[in-house]
Amino acid sequence: MIEVTDVHKSFGQNSVLRGASFRIETGEAIVIIGRSGGGKSILLKHLIGLLRPDSGHVMVDDRDLACMDERELLQIRSRFGMLFQMAALFDSLNVFDNVSFVLRRQRKHSPAEIQALVADALERVELPGIENRMPSDLSGGMRKRVGLARAIVYRPQIVLYDEPTTGLDPIGADRIDRLIRRVWEDLKVTSIAVTHDMKSARTISNRILMLHEGRIYADGPTDQILQSSDPILYNFVNGIATTKAEAH
Amino acid sequence: MRSAIINRTQTLLTDLGEILVLCGETVASLWYQRPSWRDFLAQLYFVGVKSQTVVITTGAATGMVLCAQTYFQFHKVKMDTATGAVVSVGMCSELGPVLAGLMLTGRVGASMAAELGTMKVTEQIDALRTLATHPVDHLVVPRVLATLVAAPLLTIQSVFVGILASYFIGVELLAIDGAYYLSNMERLTDPTDVVIGLIKAVVFGAIISTVSCYKGLSCRGGAEGVGRATTEAVVMGSISILIVNFFLTLLLNRILVGF
Repeated sequence: MIEVTDVHKSFGQNSVLRGASFRIETGEAIVIIGRSGGGKSILLKHLIGLLRPDSGHVMVDDRDLACMDERELLQIRSRFGMLFQMAALFDSLNVFDNVSFVLRRQRKHSPAEIQALVADALERVELPGIENRMPSDLSGGMRKRVGLARAIVYRPQIVLYDEPTTGLDPIGADRIDRLIRRVWEDLKVTSIAVTHDMKSARTISNRILMLHEGRIYADGPTDQILQSSDPILYNFVNGIATTKAEAH
Repeated sequence: MRSAIINRTQTLLTDLGEILVLCGETVASLWYQRPSWRDFLAQLYFVGVKSQTVVITTGAATGMVLCAQTYFQFHKVKMDTATGAVVSVGMCSELGPVLAGLMLTGRVGASMAAELGTMKVTEQIDALRTLATHPVDHLVVPRVLATLVAAPLLTIQSVFVGILASYFIGVELLAIDGAYYLSNMERLTDPTDVVIGLIKAVVFGAIISTVSCYKGLSCRGGAEGVGRATTEAVVMGSISILIVNFFLTLLLNRILVGF
């Protein structure tokens, strides 16, 4: 269970989060939507302790991440997996070394077990047999899928996705969406994604949170949010630009 | 103007404070986590083996020039055979470690800052943290340990080649008597000079690696940020070496020689 309470975060004069609060239960598939630059990725990074709130609390199973030092956070993070917007693969390592990174550092698996786990993870993301390729040889979609394999190979309980379909063609985006959905269903993880891609949100979530002006503006089941007649939600979901005067 | 000076001073003090924190985290990491031999050896190869050409070239060039210049002055007062001793003492205690340090800052420090800076701006450092790995454990410790080991070894190599080159120039080219050249060199070079040089090399290795890792890890922005971090690592590393060298010279001579 993750509980975010009244989180504020500013960068210089720019106040990004202004009292965001919500709760995520184990096993949910959540999507956080909101305008570009609205703080979705910042909020996501707070959930795994990559950023600390200026004020407020981020509780993971009743432990407050804001009060932990980096080494305590490392233990909490072993329960998380995260797929970054640009995949963030280690570009000096090949695919096998990227995906097996955590397993090798854990030092509790034999080389044969690691090989099998990596092969299984790559199979799950529909990229079998590419262990020896370098990240620079992969397309954007393939990099994201390898990033997903790296995030799930050690069986985390919570998987975070930062704009998983950004920069992909429609077919590549659909493939990633299906993989995210399958990971959630097969591995019984808690899935939390941030996106402004409504098609993706519909596919990968059963609940949507909308971040607007630094706060959670809307929170509800996916269908309810996507069919809402609230002007801000409706305009966002349907991609309708309004002037400030119109919005008010 | 006044506020610019204050800002600059604040930035410098912040940098120094954060470098000290990084040093503390590096030492703490050795307690929490066994360093990876694989990463250490990879860095040792990069820092040590791959830097040999530049360090040897620098040592040889310095030894030859120092020999020639010393000879030109000493010849006027009929002290030609003392040339080797001046080269030897100068190379062991000052020029060897300082020039090897400066060359390492340019080659290794710049590379470390650029590599870690690129990892920072492409979110690879954040990815490392999400994979329950402390960046200091995985990135900083192997680099610092490798530089601490490689810097004195490279300095020895640089000094040896410099003295060898000076012998060639002094004896073969400038016609100094070889026996006296070596005899004076041996008589006037104290083991303490070698110890001072090695201590300096270790300290410079620590400066190069921690400053470069700090600049890389604190990099912000895109390609421009990486460029800035790299430049700052080289400038800060070089200036630190020159300043620290002065104080080390005074301190080590006071402690080891008694001046």
